[in-house]
Amino acid sequence: MTPLIETRNLNVRFGGVHATRDVNFTLAEAELRCVIGPNGAGKSTFFKLLTGQVKPTSGQILFRGKDISNMQPHEPGRLGIGIKTQVPSLFNGLSVWENVWLSARRINSTTQANRITGETLERVGMEAHRKTLAGLLSHGMRQWVEIGVVIAADPPLILLDEPAAGMSDAEVDRTAELILEINRQHALVVVEHDMNFIRMIAKKVTVLHQGAVIKEDTPDRIMSDPMIQQIYLGKKPH
Amino acid sequence: MDLTIVVLIQVLYAVASLVIISSGLAVIFGMMKVINLAHGEFMMLGAYAVIVSIRFGINLWVAMFIIAPVAVGLVGVVLERLVIRRLYGRMVDTMLATWGLSLLLIGVVTSIAGNTTAGVSAPLGSFTIGAYSVSSYTLVIIGVAVALGLAIRLVLLRTQLGLIARGTMQKPDMANALGISPSVVYSVTFAVGASLSGLAGGLLAPLTGVVPTMGGAFVAKAFITVIGGGPAILAGLVSASTLFGAINQVATFLTTPVLGEVALLGAAIVMLRLLPQGITGRFFKGTL
Amino acid sequence: MNRFAQSWVSAALVLAIGIALMFGLPGVMDEYTLMQGTIYAIMAILGVSLGFIWGFGGILCFGQAAFFGLGSYTYAVAVVNMGDSTVPFMLAIAVPALFASILGYLIFFGRLSDVYMGVITLTVTLILFNLINSTAGPEWKIGNAPLGGFNGIPGIPTLNFPGQVDKALSPGDLFYLTMSCLLVTYLGLRCLISSKIGRVIIAVKENEQRILLLGYDARLYKLFSFTLGGAIAGLAGCLFANWGAFTSPTIFSLAQSAQIIIWVIVGGLGTFVGPVVGCVAIQWLTTQIGTQQTFNSNLVLGAILVVFVLLVPRGVVPSLGLVLEWIWNKLKTKAMAENAACPQPLLPEVKFTAPSQTPSTANAISITKEQAA
Repeated sequence: MTPLIETRNLNVRFGGVHATRDVNFTLAEAELRCVIGPNGAGKSTFFKLLTGQVKPTSGQILFRGKDISNMQPHEPGRLGIGIKTQVPSLFNGLSVWENVWLSARRINSTTQANRITGETLERVGMEAHRKTLAGLLSHGMRQWVEIGVVIAADPPLILLDEPAAGMSDAEVDRTAELILEINRQHALVVVEHDMNFIRMIAKKVTVLHQGAVIKEDTPDRIMSDPMIQQIYLGKKPH
Repeated sequence: MDLTIVVLIQVLYAVASLVIISSGLAVIFGMMKVINLAHGEFMMLGAYAVIVSIRFGINLWVAMFIIAPVAVGLVGVVLERLVIRRLYGRMVDTMLATWGLSLLLIGVVTSIAGNTTAGVSAPLGSFTIGAYSVSSYTLVIIGVAVALGLAIRLVLLRTQLGLIARGTMQKPDMANALGISPSVVYSVTFAVGASLSGLAGGLLAPLTGVVPTMGGAFVAKAFITVIGGGPAILAGLVSASTLFGAINQVATFLTTPVLGEVALLGAAIVMLRLLPQGITGRFFKGTL
Repeated sequence: MNRFAQSWVSAALVLAIGIALMFGLPGVMDEYTLMQGTIYAIMAILGVSLGFIWGFGGILCFGQAAFFGLGSYTYAVAVVNMGDSTVPFMLAIAVPALFASILGYLIFFGRLSDVYMGVITLTVTLILFNLINSTAGPEWKIGNAPLGGFNGIPGIPTLNFPGQVDKALSPGDLFYLTMSCLLVTYLGLRCLISSKIGRVIIAVKENEQRILLLGYDARLYKLFSFTLGGAIAGLAGCLFANWGAFTSPTIFSLAQSAQIIIWVIVGGLGTFVGPVVGCVAIQWLTTQIGTQQTFNSNLVLGAILVVFVLLVPRGVVPSLGLVLEWIWNKLKTKAMAENAACPQPLLPEVKFTAPSQTPSTANAISITKEQAA
């Protein structure tokens, strides 16, 4: 089985900073993986590599066996990689409906896109706000809309950068449900700090530290590992 | 042989001219990332400062090297306080506002001085190389450009002002933490840039007709040189001036002055396409 | 107000007003005043071309006058050579469009930032000005048409009815043609921005990174907008050559480009009516200033530009819209307060914290996109 995503000895250097070190990362179709690590570990850089916003200094990125290491910025989206960025990135001057519609419309006809947009908004629970301008939404709602935007294009791989950030407990639960539901048909890589949240959704966790992968295991074993507890300056599990 | 020397002098002169007219802009854009579209008008004010000083009997060199820079520097301070500082970080708005200032300055000077061309003749006469006659003023321009380059380097590297300026350029917050107000640094930097533009205008007064709209001819060239040069102020200024000045002069020799200008502008477009960050975005990285 | 501006109601309203003016003005104006109206309409088309690429496409072109000038020169040269004006009319639109597409390719596919775009478009205008200005000698001609250098091209034959070379357009006819072009342009652009392509164009302006991540090649859409803007400006140029039967290199000047930008800033970004309003207002003002001696027109225009950038960055029409919206909201809450027998119900617990990256979103179409150098 060709993995959905495979990186081979992936390295990125910015000036003197070795942001990504010899990362070998594999993800199967419809797999859900969480990526954790302290600030500066290289998580966002890793996502930027996958979406082509950053080019690798050395190494390869393969998407279903095809080398995608040097793409134009719009090509990962075409191939089937969707990302919800750390700071929600939407079209503030367009309505919630239009934000999602643009995503759906790229590969579907207008009628299909209209249908998909409606269904997607239901899935993420933003149907009631379809006419609101994206710029006027609260932070939590922007995250959901952005998730909707990403899934409307039906990409096989979805990257979520801190989807639960800044959310209330109720919103976090809802987001976890949503992610598990999406996972039935899409692979997901989720960067997060909230260990409770991670425990709700993940079976396998990859730990990044100073650009390198230092451990990959189940959430419980990761959290009981003293080395990880020591270096990981994020929230301690209760 | 004589022709070679003359050509060489002309090429150096073209390069030197670009250095001089772009230096003020290089300082302002390089330090503050402010696009000052009134740059040409600062030069025009410098030229008029020289003309007016001559009318009052002041020595030409004093007018050029002291009066013009100081006068325009003061104008720069006033404009920075009134307009520019409200638009920091808004690059496009700065471009528009300075374009407005440029029109405003043209309008003010036209109202005061009228539309007729004033002028002052080039000092120092000329000398001959073989069968060719070369204006001695050409050598002055070349000399000033070299001196200017050295002076900028000196100030940036060796003086406290230069150090503060470089620091603030990199991290405005740090300047605050050190007890230095970034806004003062910006004011001074803008004033220095304006003075350099005034100096350039004063130096050019003997070479072109002085008219309120003279700035327009220089704005594009200065911008292309600065942006083509890239982030390093001095290295960018020198490298871009050399490249564009040489192309301009060679094209002029081969065809006409107009096509020489066109060649310069065309070369800039090509170069920016190849090196979007400017020359020092790729080469000579990390230098001044 | 923005909802209104985007709705088909506003489009219908504007069209109605436009048609009324088109058929009504010739009845009340003499030929001379009608010609004034024609030049206003021509400049309005030019203003709309920049208003489109800037306000909706996010492309600030400092040299829109280049396409205007190319349109006028192309028409002049073509009609002198060809006689019948049908093909010259089409060429006057096609040549600037082609030029825009080449320039656009260099800029957008080279991924140059806003700043560079401004400098390059400024530069290109200068190149054209310098080139054409120097073509005064009789050896400079295309076919039978001398370019004339700084003297320009006088005596340009007027458009004739298609196929009938001898039947030229009268000034009255030209007015109808110009107004029709303006209205058709308006309608066409309104339809475009409601379509998928139009929404993507706006999305590219709103958040280029996001549209790229969705798989849209933003460069293509920018190229499209820029080319279309060039074509519309070329159309205005052709009409201009007909209006005065004359064109000259000053049409490529920085001053002309500055004027177009000032119209759009004053009138407001984000609508099509804004640039028209700005254009008419500034043109009228410039004519008034020209008749008196105290204030130089550069001075006034420059001052207006500075004041507007500092104080009214949104321009007249959207600001008016904001003011009207504010008044409307005040009236609404006042009416609600008067009607309520009990205290206002609390708003639902949804937090309406505006994210830090959004400027005031009352006017949905944001004005300029700032990018770090």
